[in-house]
Amino acid sequence: MIRALGWLAAIGLGVGLVMAFGVAPRETTQGNVQRIMYVHPPLAWVAYVAFAVVALASVVYLVRRRPAADRLAHASAEVGVIFTGLAIATGSIWGKPTWGTWWTWDARLTSVAILFVMYVGYLLLRGTIDDRDRAARYCAVLGIVAALDMPLVHFSVYWWRTLHQPPSLMKPGGFSGSPAILWPLLVNLAAFTLLYAYLVAKRARLLRAEHGALA
Amino acid sequence: MTFARRAAVVAWKDLLVERRSKETLNALLFFSLLLLFVFQFALGPDRERLAGVLPGVLWLGFILSALLALGRTFLLEREHDCWEGLLLAPGDKSAIYLGKLAANLALMAFVETLVLGLFVIFFDIDLGGALPGLPLVVALGTLGLGAVGTLFAAMTAHVRAREVLFPVLLLPVQIPVLLATVKATEALLLGESLGAVAHWVKLLAAADVVYVVIGLLTFDAVLEG
Repeated sequence: MIRALGWLAAIGLGVGLVMAFGVAPRETTQGNVQRIMYVHPPLAWVAYVAFAVVALASVVYLVRRRPAADRLAHASAEVGVIFTGLAIATGSIWGKPTWGTWWTWDARLTSVAILFVMYVGYLLLRGTIDDRDRAARYCAVLGIVAALDMPLVHFSVYWWRTLHQPPSLMKPGGFSGSPAILWPLLVNLAAFTLLYAYLVAKRARLLRAEHGALA
Repeated sequence: MTFARRAAVVAWKDLLVERRSKETLNALLFFSLLLLFVFQFALGPDRERLAGVLPGVLWLGFILSALLALGRTFLLEREHDCWEGLLLAPGDKSAIYLGKLAANLALMAFVETLVLGLFVIFFDIDLGGALPGLPLVVALGTLGLGAVGTLFAAMTAHVRAREVLFPVLLLPVQIPVLLATVKATEALLLGESLGAVAHWVKLLAAADVVYVVIGLLTFDAVLEG
């Protein structure tokens, strides 16, 4: 099952790569630089999905106390932090030639950076607690606090300043670009989501094995 | 005993211990005085520049002393082996959270008043125009800081490297509160009305509600064992 997921993700990423470089047209103003769009938004999307899963699994853990929910939250947080880091890195690489700077304290960039440090803190907390039950409870609380904090972070940072282009895919009225750009992007979105699911499933199973070996 | 009464007992206990030992309070007062030195050295005597960064510096002072105060929330229980005693308190554990939060807020309000007073004297700020708004913003910000701080203090009380972990967990979560308070304080000190910063005040109020509700709902799970 997990292996099949892995193959699906691999095939999806392969197709996505071919579409990003072969099918998608060369953008007129940004040139080939724009092709990073087929990687950057999917990474950011997966990061948000991952942290939403952390929050849901945390609630389930606090209510039902199933260790599986805790393992899911743990695995999803780890993968989420990696993808957030990659989203920031690819954003930087994209920002340098188009905005002329690696980093700017724009609203969206800042809120993603806050997201990143918040969940690095989450993983730090996990790392410092030896008792598994306690780690699960504390991290569940932190996972919920962090998730509910995100709207507040979003608004506060947005009122503070903004420069990032508005979302082009998920917004009222739908996508504004041409279908030639839309399809490669959607394929990559799906492929990265599959990759996320594969990594989380793999990591959760590894955690179960670890806990079983230590118990 | 009713819920409110149990919360009041916890708060009263903490404040009584603090009044008699003055452990945290003395250190905090001295610390805030030292902060003034640090800020003065870092910023220099230039009044123009000072006025521009004052709201940020003021909140830096509040936050640094709040981090110290909040981090010690459960020190008493941990060091004197009273943790079990606290756990044995009858009824809903969220009453303990409310009591601890109330005691923390009282302590922070005291220190913040003092820091503000020192700022007025040493940095020569005119609070006259900001008067109805500033206490409101400070109160809302302190409640947000205290609500999450009390919860996280309970979480880090039994953790290795808790002195480092507590601010590392608290600060990112508190960024909305910090941004809102600093921006609102800035506008108020420039003489703008409370209406001009209404969006920040609303954000703070929303944050406070969210934080206190999470604290009340999840404290049971934190205190379990």
